[in-house]
Amino acid sequence: MSGVRVLVGTRKGAFILTSDGKRERWDISGPHFAGWEIYHLKGSPADPNRLYASQTSGWFGQVIQRSNDGGKTWETPGGGPEKTPDGMPRGESNKFVYEGEVGTHQWYDGTQHPWEFKRVWYLEPSLTDPDAVYAGVEDAALFRSSDGGQTWQELPGLRSAKGHLWQPGAGGMCLHTILLDPSNQDRILVAISAAGAFRTDDAGQTWRPVNRGLKSQFELPDSTAEVGHCVHGLAMHRSRPGVLFMQKHWDVMRSDDAGDSWQEVSGNLPSDFGFPIAVHAHEPNTVYVVPIKSDSEHYPPEGKLRVYRSRTGGNEWEALTKGLPQSDCYVNVLRSAMAVDSLESCGIYFGTTGGQVYASANSGDSWAPIVRDLPAVLSVEVQTLP
Amino acid sequence: MIRVVLPYHLRRLANTGREVELEIEGPVTQGSILDALEARYPMLRGTIRDHVTQQRRAFIRFFAGGQDVSHEPPDAPLPDAVVTGAEPFWVVGAMAGG
Repeated sequence: MSGVRVLVGTRKGAFILTSDGKRERWDISGPHFAGWEIYHLKGSPADPNRLYASQTSGWFGQVIQRSNDGGKTWETPGGGPEKTPDGMPRGESNKFVYEGEVGTHQWYDGTQHPWEFKRVWYLEPSLTDPDAVYAGVEDAALFRSSDGGQTWQELPGLRSAKGHLWQPGAGGMCLHTILLDPSNQDRILVAISAAGAFRTDDAGQTWRPVNRGLKSQFELPDSTAEVGHCVHGLAMHRSRPGVLFMQKHWDVMRSDDAGDSWQEVSGNLPSDFGFPIAVHAHEPNTVYVVPIKSDSEHYPPEGKLRVYRSRTGGNEWEALTKGLPQSDCYVNVLRSAMAVDSLESCGIYFGTTGGQVYASANSGDSWAPIVRDLPAVLSVEVQTLP
Repeated sequence: MIRVVLPYHLRRLANTGREVELEIEGPVTQGSILDALEARYPMLRGTIRDHVTQQRRAFIRFFAGGQDVSHEPPDAPLPDAVVTGAEPFWVVGAMAGG
């Protein structure tokens, strides 16, 4: 019977939750990399046993981890016996160096500030090659590895897309979302806080902002500026990659032209502030968000943890509450902490800053916690296993 | 034989014990110890000092002979007690955070 593997990154390590297709009983493994912040783990679509993890620490910096057995064992790519032609060990899997002139971006006080690498927020493995993987980093840039994470090269064209006008949000200036178009290998979309969404149509050589239609009247002096918007998350359905959904700082947005233009679809949401956004595995028009009260109060409205589902591609939203706490709940759900499986009855998963990971095996109709007491959850990804 | 004590998380990362022993040819300095340490444990590259600038990470300190030598030049000689292996060279993570 097929099953699922849920990859959970937390403030104090990674956890791997596995179940069969019923998704009723779960095995919990972890903490892996105990004590380290795990911003993101993700599996290769081309080889489900190949996983990548971003392990970070304020003390020791960035480490990239790789597994070839579905997370049972891990290694630092190139940290082992592999050697360079001159006989030295590589040890470069955590070496993220910006290409060329480092350049500057806008700082909190409006001055220009040099780019400084801090950590990897997001790892997106190639759809076809287990050794190819993209990394979204803070300060915002996109890197790619073609050797299984042993070495990394920046795609510097992205920072040429008005990078001098990008600025850090409260969480830092991070590239936190990477979408690979399954129908066009040359098209990649990324999202950066606080810069906006960007797209390449030539495999990363050149990029342009795709933020037309976004309005940030409380955050930007020019509310419709080409860059500077605080995009929190992007999602697409693989069968319809030209249709994108966005959770912006405020506003839930939709694009029907791969980001060339956006329309607001917040509709009847109790708050259109939030972080994650996801699309149902089999229904391209079914979208999920988790409304949060405001950017000043990062918890659910009225202390009720509610996932909202739209079956109409936005505008009309219904609250999904069965099995979720409906009083005194003041957790947050971070931008990378919601994902879906692709079993026949689509599973939806999300993790909270309170350490709960909730799962629904019926498209969100009802929920149950898989675990309740993990460290604060930073990311949730799901692999559907054969 | 030079002895080096690593902080907990770097021991786990390098899959080694609390203390490692290194052979160093030539002068024993912060720089030569870290070069030898990273050559033997490549996964530690970038975790103690920056890959490119080779500067010590902000929340890492070095101790030798009971003294904080974090701000000494990387090529400054270390105390005889460390050179002879009587005492270890300490790589310490700052006490901070939650």
